[in-house]
Amino acid sequence: MIENVSRREFFKQSGALVLAVFARDAFSQAPAFQPNAFVKVGADSIVTVVVKHLEMGQGTYTGLPTLVAEELDADWSQIRVEGAPADAKRYNHLVWGEAQGTGGSTALANSWLQLRQAGAAARVMLVAAAAERWGVPAAEVTVTRGVVEHAASARKASFGELAASAATQVLPSEPPLKSPEQFAYIGRPVQRTDAKAKSTGAAIYTQDVKLPAMLTAVVLHPPRFGARLATFDGFKARQVPGVVDVVPFTTPATHGIAVLARDYWTAKRGRDALQAEWDESQALKLGSAEIMAEYRRLAATPGRPARKEGDVASALAGAAKRLEASYEFPFLAHAAMEPMNCVVALRPDGCEIWNGEQFQSVDQAAVAKLLGLPASRVRLNMVYAGGSFGRRANPQSDFLLEAAAIAKASGGQAPIKLVWGREDDMRAGYYRPMYFHALQAGLDARGELVAWRHTIVGQSILSGTAFEAMLVKDGIDATSVEGAANLPYAIPNLSVELHSPTLAVPVQWWRSVGSTHTAFATECFLDEVARAAGRDPYALRRALLAGHPRHLATLDLAATQAGWGRPLPAGRVRGLAVHESFGTVVAQVVEMSRLNEAYRLERVVCAVDCGIAVNPNVVAMQMESGIGFGLSAALSGAITLAEGRVVQSNFHDYAVLRMPQMPPIETHIVPSREKPSGVGEPATPVIAPALANALLALRGTPVRALPLSSQGLVLA
Amino acid sequence: MIPLSLNGSSVSVDADPETPLLWVLRDHLAMTGTKFGCGMALCGACTVFIDGKPARSCATPVSAVLGRRITTIEAVGNLRVGKAVQDAWIAESVPQCGYCQSGQVMSATALLSATPEPSDEQIDAAMGGNLCRCATYLRIRAALKRAAKFLAENPPAAPEKP
Repeated sequence: MIENVSRREFFKQSGALVLAVFARDAFSQAPAFQPNAFVKVGADSIVTVVVKHLEMGQGTYTGLPTLVAEELDADWSQIRVEGAPADAKRYNHLVWGEAQGTGGSTALANSWLQLRQAGAAARVMLVAAAAERWGVPAAEVTVTRGVVEHAASARKASFGELAASAATQVLPSEPPLKSPEQFAYIGRPVQRTDAKAKSTGAAIYTQDVKLPAMLTAVVLHPPRFGARLATFDGFKARQVPGVVDVVPFTTPATHGIAVLARDYWTAKRGRDALQAEWDESQALKLGSAEIMAEYRRLAATPGRPARKEGDVASALAGAAKRLEASYEFPFLAHAAMEPMNCVVALRPDGCEIWNGEQFQSVDQAAVAKLLGLPASRVRLNMVYAGGSFGRRANPQSDFLLEAAAIAKASGGQAPIKLVWGREDDMRAGYYRPMYFHALQAGLDARGELVAWRHTIVGQSILSGTAFEAMLVKDGIDATSVEGAANLPYAIPNLSVELHSPTLAVPVQWWRSVGSTHTAFATECFLDEVARAAGRDPYALRRALLAGHPRHLATLDLAATQAGWGRPLPAGRVRGLAVHESFGTVVAQVVEMSRLNEAYRLERVVCAVDCGIAVNPNVVAMQMESGIGFGLSAALSGAITLAEGRVVQSNFHDYAVLRMPQMPPIETHIVPSREKPSGVGEPATPVIAPALANALLALRGTPVRALPLSSQGLVLA
Repeated sequence: MIPLSLNGSSVSVDADPETPLLWVLRDHLAMTGTKFGCGMALCGACTVFIDGKPARSCATPVSAVLGRRITTIEAVGNLRVGKAVQDAWIAESVPQCGYCQSGQVMSATALLSATPEPSDEQIDAAMGGNLCRCATYLRIRAALKRAAKFLAENPPAAPEKP
């Protein structure tokens, strides 16, 4: 139980607004009007929208409330946001069944009708309350920016004044929704609800949560994947003044030793003083080069079929011209600015967790199982995440289970805040896997692309997880081949095959998942084909995308805005790529220049078809963010293994994009009346191939491995 | 007990003198606006001012700030430049996940306090130590320039020391 009142004044003075986020019990009163799981209206006219999707930067805490404010006809200034509790019956992801969580760039698509209906229902009931109070027909009552009015009798009321009465009205089952011409907020650059808190240091992340008597846990993890703790000596750790306990822990996902103290620095000093012996007899001892060599070998053997059109073998054999290429991709770390962390408080009747919570149902079930509780007794408080890029949705609930196990092993009296340092975060695994791609193409005598064979080798992300049954069919992990198996280009003979080798390195999804490697392989190889056929890469794509109007429109918009075809100054070229992921199509044209031996990324023109752009400013922000994230990986992102040990540990050897490297970006949105399709991930896969294609045009040689830094390429 | 001058007030902490200022702020003083991102002065999330100059608090032992003025994100808005920067950050909708933004605001405020009309190269140099994994860099640059313009058009009544 948070000791609200006694600490309130202290926190106000010191600026830590921790308790404001958790204001319930003593602070908050039950809202006057709460017609559904998503909308609360107070007697003070404050409208609180309950958002079931994590805010990790992508804008859910703005886009989803926009849908409510629109149909409710609220004023944007009266909107507040609250994260939903873990309750899969009320807050389930509509596509995932009775499971709650955030991912796949689906928050807006998920909420498009659900939240509009929630806001519209509340509006109907407020209008009914006014009609009843004023004795007028409901059809004559209007709502404009939070003001309910009957113009004919010159009467007005606020939401707060009507809230109690609205709560007694009939809940409409199918409230009418606005048509796009009536939109006041949707389609406009509405101000983000979290901008102020995040600009003033007031926003609360897991890292900032404080509970009375809380202890911070800093952990020692195994030095290699598959190593087991043999013995340890906590004597020196306990000698560090302020260390409270040394606690070994084990979970299904991970194990190690935790040092507990009242503050992070003491716990870290204690952890650094631990002495441990590890049994590494079963540990992975391979290096990245060995792994890639094995993948290359596998690629030359038949894999499982993911797509088959026509007869690729014959078409290749009979082709007038054949090309082949292979592409290599490293492990990638998510490296969110906030290293993984979690707060767990064991209660007599259950447990309470604070986390930048991305995977409620999976986490709730895993923690409940570990602690021997019913899932309903695991309470999850969702706070802001300092980035995630998929990491906080871990299929094994790795860092949550760690925190829960430490809480249990330490006796369960004190709440535990598990804090990973940057090194812990970077070396804990759960990377985007390594991949090897082999491609062959065949051109006929007229230079037409008639055959395309694509072999992919890499770990399955989903095998061994709860998602295997749904997404791994006939040995094909859908996330390994997405972007390749559904290649949109009209090629009469096409095959995609997959090898899913097992490796002891834990892996998971990373922003845009399969497209992070399939887009590069397919879009770069297509440019090599264009070059061999003497075709312009834009014109070739146009010809092959005849059956895909969304791809064509998006590609055309990017090319037109970039001036594709118009002459450029000497030493300057363009490269382009187009790719669909998560239902959204993105095309990018990059301009690169060369001065002596220095290559410079001059600008990026990005076009996106994401259906209705609920907030065009947020769409542009996500295009910039995805491009920056993909560019960072393309330039210098690589987790490498040397004899099984992760080489990298911090930002000095895992270099990420810095401000001077960020190119100017302009975003163009394809006009659409379709429902929104998501923008969190789709820009990420496109920048690397667009960049590589510009380099191909500039240097005449293709990029066949990422990151560029591993190829000796550094951009100015 | 270690006496500190923090945001214009005197405070005392009971901490080992080698404890980085970052953790004194976050754990001992419950001031969580300054963030932990790397612990090696590589990411800038922990940026504070010491005697008005930007410093990485994760790499500054608290013993090194005895008798020196510390300014954190919680108080930077009380400065004319700091407020202009924060207002510009909000107007340009800079933050996405927001975790790096305390450090970004501090570095931007330090830059504009020293260089009221920075060139792009000066912005690169001053801000290059602040990482943003959400890549809000274009909007940071736009907000910096917006704040610079505002400050130029609204000169202070009297000079202010950050």
